[in-house]
Amino acid sequence: MLKAVILIGGPQKGTRFRPLSFEVPKPLFPVAGVPMLQHHIEACAKVPNMKEILLIGFYQSNEELTRFMISAQQEFKISIRYLQEYAALGTGGGIYHFRDQILSGGPEAFFIMNADVCSEFPLCEMLHFQKEHGDPSSLVILGTTANRKQSMNYGCIVENQETNEVLHYVEKPSTFVSDIINCGIYLFTPEIFQHIGAVFQKNQQDMLLYPYEGDDLTNGNGWHRAEAIRLEQDIFTALAGQGKLYVYKTPAFWSQIKSAGSAIYASRLYLNQYHKTHKERLATNKDGGPRISGNVYVHPTANIDPTAVLGPNVSIGTGVTIGAGVRVRESIILHGATLQDHSCVLNCIVGWDSSVGKWARVEGTPSDPNPNDPYAKIDSETLFRDGKLTPSITILGCNVTIPAEVIILNSIVLPHKDLNRSFKNQIIL
Amino acid sequence: MKALILVGGYGTRLRPLTLSVPKPLVEFANKPILLHQVEALVKAGVDHVILAVSYMSDLLEREMRVQEERLGIKISLSHEKEPLGTAGPLALARELLTDNDEPFFVLNSDVICDFPFEDMLKFHKHHGREGTISLRAVRLQPARSPTSAVCSQVTKVEEPSKYGVVVYEAENGRIHRFVEKPQVFVSNKINAGMYIFSPSMLKRIQLRPTSIEKEIFPLMAEENHLYAMELQGFWMDIGQPKDFLTGMCMYLQSVRQTAPDRLTTGTGFLGNVLVDPTAVIGQNCTIGPNVTIGAGVVLEDGVRIKRCTVLKGSRVRSHSWLESCIVGWSSSVGQWVRMENVTVLGEDVIVNDELYLNGANVLPHKSITDSVPEPRIIM
Repeated sequence: MLKAVILIGGPQKGTRFRPLSFEVPKPLFPVAGVPMLQHHIEACAKVPNMKEILLIGFYQSNEELTRFMISAQQEFKISIRYLQEYAALGTGGGIYHFRDQILSGGPEAFFIMNADVCSEFPLCEMLHFQKEHGDPSSLVILGTTANRKQSMNYGCIVENQETNEVLHYVEKPSTFVSDIINCGIYLFTPEIFQHIGAVFQKNQQDMLLYPYEGDDLTNGNGWHRAEAIRLEQDIFTALAGQGKLYVYKTPAFWSQIKSAGSAIYASRLYLNQYHKTHKERLATNKDGGPRISGNVYVHPTANIDPTAVLGPNVSIGTGVTIGAGVRVRESIILHGATLQDHSCVLNCIVGWDSSVGKWARVEGTPSDPNPNDPYAKIDSETLFRDGKLTPSITILGCNVTIPAEVIILNSIVLPHKDLNRSFKNQIIL
Repeated sequence: MKALILVGGYGTRLRPLTLSVPKPLVEFANKPILLHQVEALVKAGVDHVILAVSYMSDLLEREMRVQEERLGIKISLSHEKEPLGTAGPLALARELLTDNDEPFFVLNSDVICDFPFEDMLKFHKHHGREGTISLRAVRLQPARSPTSAVCSQVTKVEEPSKYGVVVYEAENGRIHRFVEKPQVFVSNKINAGMYIFSPSMLKRIQLRPTSIEKEIFPLMAEENHLYAMELQGFWMDIGQPKDFLTGMCMYLQSVRQTAPDRLTTGTGFLGNVLVDPTAVIGQNCTIGPNVTIGAGVVLEDGVRIKRCTVLKGSRVRSHSWLESCIVGWSSSVGQWVRMENVTVLGEDVIVNDELYLNGANVLPHKSITDSVPEPRIIM
């Protein structure tokens, strides 16, 4: 039997997702109409013999997470449990800490996935690859091709082109190593825990020898330093070239979801995938309905005037109201929001229960990868450059009010703000 | 009676509009600028208008023939082949201006106001001297000094280096001093660019580049031959887009006071709005305040326009929002477009859907496919 583990992180992680992450844990943020995690779970549920999905993270157990897991269990008929780390233990430390839970029931293999990736999840292909590649206990990393310049922002994999073995692994190198990058999706066998255990032992010994040396992972609190282990830097780098680690390259779509801009890009990728996997989630042009252009998700409880024009790449959440002559493009409108008549929302995330006034223009700048480069990935842009705010997706936090006739351009508005004029290129606290 | 209107050259400050049409023919509140002045002059008894131009335009000549017929007056063009300054053109037109003893008007072509030509004429005949100039008063603003009390008494004219300033006796209008572009505060009475002269005054001007403000007026003032009359009501030099729009607001306010029936009111109209009868306005629009809509303009549903001039034949497509703009003849503004901050579209410009134009200055026949988030010129 098989299992899947999804690493969902915690509140200290995902700060690039603020202010949206103030309201909801990032893994539950809706992408293409459903929570980010649901895409992972849907993919797992399709794999034959998948018996359980474990979520590992260090969020305090909260209502939204619990509700999500319950409804996902019911919908996908698979056991889903949340294992809360007592501290941030890193991508390796978490699974090591809960190894007994992961191995209970005797799975012959299990997937590990980062919650903040958007992917086609070629899980069955990875299983097939693992069986075909000689040693059935080999560990598989899902890889994809990036362009040279951007590859250095990711974990880079040097592979043996014939055997696909990982010869060398470097996380975020400072010079070019390889254009094959780590997708943050792995297929492991129970053997992985031996390797992690070895690193754990070594860390403990090092701690005894050098008790005061800093380790950035745990902010200097030495007591659980040994347990904080990063799969990428600590395990993969060591295992590379030893005949244990393999890379399965996928040409399918893949993207990180670190910032709000990448949530919109990920939405576009998933909405496009719905043509194959969930045609019912794509809105169509109907009598009495708004005009739909391209891929659009509209929740059935949304109330939309027939003269509105939506899309491409738009997700409309529950209970949203959209007035006459509204234009929405490349945006996510979260539940309860209201867009009044004639307003124009482009490249934007409109937060829960926010309101955009008549004729207002709320506009951001897309941070999409270069469409002419098939291997280009979304830029992990810094918030500021040369002292100025980098033009990016406009985000309205929860319960923000935008008055009529103003323009909000390339700005981030924190929750519960009532604006009274136009703003451009600013963070509004 | 005669009038000389100093039209000048290419009207470069009002580009891109003047790339398509000579400045006198650009419509201000749905009527060519020149016609506002000419019609007021005709009402005051002028039957011969001379346009002093430094650039000959066929379009202007043809249009003037049409107006001659329509108004029953004579219109001549006096063409200066080399620059003659602000007084030289009078010398150039000397023959035309001196064929009788009647005084003649001289105007700057960019001036719009409640033309008081009859009053000026009466006043000029009353004092019997060679020249009358009109004055406007400017509001003085305290100099913005962040620090000490020393500066609290210093006051500043709007733009001291820009104008001719007058010191005169308010009781009889006699001008004591005329100072062009003073460096220090002299007075808050400023030359409004409209004059009446008796033909004998032309002896003072030779046919060479001459500044009437620097060379002629100061001498006339010294000889007690220059009198001033203060303007009542609004005044604006509409030679550049920003001022064109400000002048439009003032003019519309004046229309509300003198001929309110010309303005359009009702649901969807706010403040002073002037709409040509052949314009078509869609549903759920909100137009105004301070909007002029030209002939044959189409505004589609849900359009919001404030403080704009929309010239003949243009179309503004649905749900767009415009503030402080000039939309050039036959232009087309797409759907969900936002234009603001003195965006000026020349003739036949196309703005694609969903764009944002902030202070864009767009030359004729351009298609705009990308937003202009900061003011710039689009060639």
